[in-house]
Amino acid sequence: MGEEVVKKPKRKERMPMPEQDPKVRATNFEEVPLGYTPEMAIEEAIRCAQCKVPACVCGCPVNINIPAFILEIAEGNFAAAARKIKETNALPAVCGRVCPQESQCEEQCVYNRMGRAICIGRLERFAADYERENDLVEIPEKPAQNGKRIAVVGSGPSGLTVAGDLILLGYEVTIFEAFHKPGGVLMYGIPEFRLPKDIVEAEVNYLVQLGVKIDYNTIVGKSIKVDELIEQGYDAVFIGVGAGLPKFLGLPGENLGGVLSANEYLTRSNLMKAYRFPEYDTPIITGNRVCVIGGGNVAMDSARTAVRLGADTYIVYRRAREQMPARSEEIHHAEEEGVKMMLLTNPEEILGDENNMVRAMKCIKMELGEPDESGRSRPVPIAGSEHEIEFDVVINAIGANANPLLTKSTPGLELNKWGYVVADEYGKTTKDKVWAGGDIVTGMATVIEAMGAGRMAAMDIHEKVMGVPKNKDPSPEALPDDMECALPSGKQP
Amino acid sequence: MYEIISMKELVPSIFEAIVKAPEMAKKAKAGEFLIVMADEKGERIPLTIADYDREAGTITIVFMTIGTSTYKLAKMKAGDSYYALVGPLGHASEVKDYGTVICVAGGVGTAPIYPIARAMKEAGNKIITIQGARTKDLIFWEEMMASVSDEHIIMTDDGTYGRKGLVTEPLKEILERDGDGIGIIYAIGPIPMMKFSALTSKPFGNLTMVSLNSIMVDGTGMCGGCRCNVGEETKFTCVDGPEFDGHKVDWGLLMDRQRIYLDQEKEALDKYMKEVE
Ligand SMILES: Cc1cc2nc3c(=O)[nH]c(=O)nc-3n(C[C@H](O)[C@H](O)[C@H](O)COP(=O)(O)OP(=O)(O)OC[C@H]3O[C@@H](n4cnc5c(N)ncnc54)[C@H](O)[C@@H]3O)c2cc1C
Ligand SMILES: Cc1cc2nc3c(=O)[nH]c(=O)nc-3n(C[C@H](O)[C@H](O)[C@H](O)COP(=O)(O)OP(=O)(O)OC[C@H]3O[C@@H](n4cnc5c(N)ncnc54)[C@H](O)[C@@H]3O)c2cc1C
Ligand code: SF4
Ligand code: SF4
Ligand code: FES
Repeated sequence: MGEEVVKKPKRKERMPMPEQDPKVRATNFEEVPLGYTPEMAIEEAIRCAQCKVPACVCGCPVNINIPAFILEIAEGNFAAAARKIKETNALPAVCGRVCPQESQCEEQCVYNRMGRAICIGRLERFAADYERENDLVEIPEKPAQNGKRIAVVGSGPSGLTVAGDLILLGYEVTIFEAFHKPGGVLMYGIPEFRLPKDIVEAEVNYLVQLGVKIDYNTIVGKSIKVDELIEQGYDAVFIGVGAGLPKFLGLPGENLGGVLSANEYLTRSNLMKAYRFPEYDTPIITGNRVCVIGGGNVAMDSARTAVRLGADTYIVYRRAREQMPARSEEIHHAEEEGVKMMLLTNPEEILGDENNMVRAMKCIKMELGEPDESGRSRPVPIAGSEHEIEFDVVINAIGANANPLLTKSTPGLELNKWGYVVADEYGKTTKDKVWAGGDIVTGMATVIEAMGAGRMAAMDIHEKVMGVPKNKDPSPEALPDDMECALPSGKQP
Repeated sequence: MYEIISMKELVPSIFEAIVKAPEMAKKAKAGEFLIVMADEKGERIPLTIADYDREAGTITIVFMTIGTSTYKLAKMKAGDSYYALVGPLGHASEVKDYGTVICVAGGVGTAPIYPIARAMKEAGNKIITIQGARTKDLIFWEEMMASVSDEHIIMTDDGTYGRKGLVTEPLKEILERDGDGIGIIYAIGPIPMMKFSALTSKPFGNLTMVSLNSIMVDGTGMCGGCRCNVGEETKFTCVDGPEFDGHKVDWGLLMDRQRIYLDQEKEALDKYMKEVE
C-alpha cells in the first residue's frame, strides 16, 4: 500500500490523541477525539515490541491479533491492518473508540507497567477509519451457502457479531431489530460526540453487504415470538436484546415532568436526533439546571449531552470520586466541558411545582464508612445535612435491569433471579435451539464483551447445527502454541 | 414497506388510513396499539389499531391532527409509505363474557373503542355504546358502532345531533337504572372525558377501563417516558397498559406529563406549517 514511512527516533511515551478544544466542543455534537494522522499512527505503531508472547491479545475479549495489525500500520499498510483486525472483529471503528482499553488489551501490554502501554485502541480506530474514509473496504467473498437459517434477535454488538461470524460460514442470517435503526446501544445510547452514528451505520452496512438481512421494526415477543421463529424453520435463534429496562430509585416525586431515565434522554438525543430539533421532530427537554444521578459512563454521557444542549449541568453521586465506575477519561472529559460534580451527595426526594414539573431536589450529604460487600467504603448519611438544590431536569443514570418483554414470552428459557437469561460459557440457554449473549446474560457490560459473547455463541451454533467442532481459541495464529487465553473474556489472573 | 392503501378525512381533522402490514394484521387484537414514524426525521407516535383485516393484510388507524406528527400523517396519500411501523404493542383488552358492557367513546376515542366493542359483542356481551362529540359534524363510524351495539346513544355538546350533553349523563342514568347488570365499562377519549367517566362510575363500583395516551418513545419498556401513576404504583403505559383501571389513575399527573414538551411542540408545528404552505 506504501504510505511513506517517516523515520524518526522511536518515541517513548504514548502518542497523545488530538482533541477538540473543550470550550468549543461543549457547544457541538461533533466527535471529541480527532484521530491520529498517518504519521502519528506510524510513530505510535513502531513503539510496539512485537512480543513473541503478546499479552495484549489475551486482554482483548475477541483476541484480535494485535501485534500483526500494528506491524501493518508501522509499515504503512493501513488497509491491510484493518483487514487483519476484521478477521476477528467486525466493528473495529466502534471498538477502537469505545472499548475501555485501559482495563482490556492495553492493561495487559508489557509497557503498561511503565505507564506507556501501546495505544492499541487508537491504532485500531485509525486503521478502520483509514480504510473506510478511503473507500478501501473490501467485501470478502461469500462462502457457499450451507442451507441453514439463523435468527438473531437484536442488532446490538452481540447480535451483529453472531450475524457477521455466521454469514461468513455460509449461513442465511436474519436479524430482527425492534427499532428502525441498527446498533443497539451504539446507536441509541452512546452519544454522537463519542461515536458518530454514520460510523455505526457504515460498520453495519459492511455486514449487510456480506448478506446479513435486517428486519427492522420487529419486536420479538410481540411482533413475533421466539417459538414462532423456530416453527418457521430457523435452525438456531440468538437472543442479544441487551438489558434495556431503566432503573429508578423509587424516590418521592420521581414521576414529575422533567425527571427521566438516561435511556429516554439519550434515545431522544441520539436515535431520534432530538439534539437537532426542530429539524428532527422529536423534542427533548434541555433544562437550565440539569442534575444527572449516577457515576458511571451512562451518567457521563447524559451530563455531557446536557452541557451541549446548553444546561448548567451537575452530577450527583453518593460515593467519592475515586469510586465512580466511569472511565477516568470520561470523567475528565466531562469536567473539562463544565460538568460539576456533587460527590457524597444522595438524592432523597424530587420536588415539583404546581404543574408537576421538577423544581428542586432534596439531598443529604454522605460520608464514607466501613467497606461494604463490593469492597468500597459504604457511604453513610450525615444526620441533619439535608438540603435543597434547584434543578429543572433530573436524569436517572443509575443502571439498567433486564427487560422482560422477550423473555416472559419465551417458555422454556430459564432466567436468574434478576431476570437475566441463564446461559453457559457458549451462550447456550436451557431452551432447545436458543442461544443468548451480551447484556441480557451478563447485565450491562461492555461492547467488546458483548461481541465476545457473540463470537462464542456463533462457534457453538456452528458446532451444533453443522457438526463442526469448535475451535477453543478463536484466533489461533495470534498466539503461540504454549500460550492460552482463558475464554471468553481472555483476562488472565 | 408500510404502504398506505387508502386515506380519507372522516370528519374535519380526523383521518383514517388503511395500511399494508400483513404480519401485524395477523396478530392484532382489540386494545393494542402500534408506533408509527411518518418519515425519517419523524417522531415515534403511538396510535391504536382501530381495525384490521387479516385476509387483506391491512390495519386501520384513525388519528386527529393536533401537532407536527399527526399533521404529517394527514398529508400522506394512498401509495405513500410510512418510514416505520411497529406493533402490535401493549396488552390486548381482556375480552370475555361480562354480561353487559358499556362502551363510552369521546371524539377520536370512537376508533379505539370500536374493535373492543366488536370483540366484546362476539364474546356474547350485550353492548351499550355512548358515542360523544362536540358537534354533529365530528361524529364518525356511526354505522360501524351501531352494528356492534345493542343500544347506541349519541351525544353532542351542542345538541346538533343525538342528545345534547356530555357522555357522562347517560352513563350515570344507565348505572342508576342497571348498575349491577353492568360487567365492565370501557371509556376512551380525551383525558377529561375519561377522567369524568371514571368519576361517574366510581360511586357505583363498576370496573371502568380507560386507555391512557402517555407520550412514548420506544413502546417496549426501555425508556420509561410513558410512566404514569395507577393506584400508588408507577406503571409504564406501553407495557403495563395502555388500559388501566380508571378509578386508580392519577389524572392530574397524566395531564401534566402530556404537557412536558408543549413549548417545543408548538415551535415544531409552526415550523412545519410554514414549510408546507
Ligand atoms: C449510555 C451508554 C454508554 C455506554 N458506553 C460504553 C462504552 O463506552 N464502552 C463500552 O464498551 N460499553 C459501553 N456501554 C455498554 C455497552 O453499550 C453494552 O454493554 C452493549 O451495547 C451490549 O450489547 P448487546 O448486544 O448485549 O445489546 P444492546 O446494545 O443493548 O442492543 C440490543 C438490541 O436489541 C434490540 N432489542 C431489544 N429487545 C428486542 C426485541 N424484543 N426484539 C427485537 N430487538 C430487540 C434493541 O433495540 C437493541 O438494538 C454503554 C452503555 C450505555 C447505555
Ligand atoms: C396507546 C396510545 C394510543 C393512542 N391512540 C390514538 C389514536 O388512535 N388516535 C389518535 O388520534 N391519537 C391516539 N393517541 C394519541 C397520539 O399518540 C397523539 O395524538 C400524538 O402523539 C400527537 O403527536 P403530534 O406530534 O401530532 O402532536 P404533539 O405536537 O405531540 O402534541 C400537540 C399537543 O397535543 C397535546 N397532546 C400531546 N400528546 C397527546 C396525547 N397523547 N393525547 C392528546 N393530546 C396530546 C399536547 O399537549 C401537545 O401540546 C394514542 C396515544 C397512546 C399512548
Ligand atoms: S477490540 Fe477492544 S479490547 Fe480488543 S484490541 Fe480492540 S480496543 Fe482492545
Ligand atoms: S503487549 Fe504491547 S508491546 Fe507487546 S505486542 Fe502487545 S501491544 Fe505490542
Ligand atoms: S414508551 Fe418507552 S417505556 Fe414506554
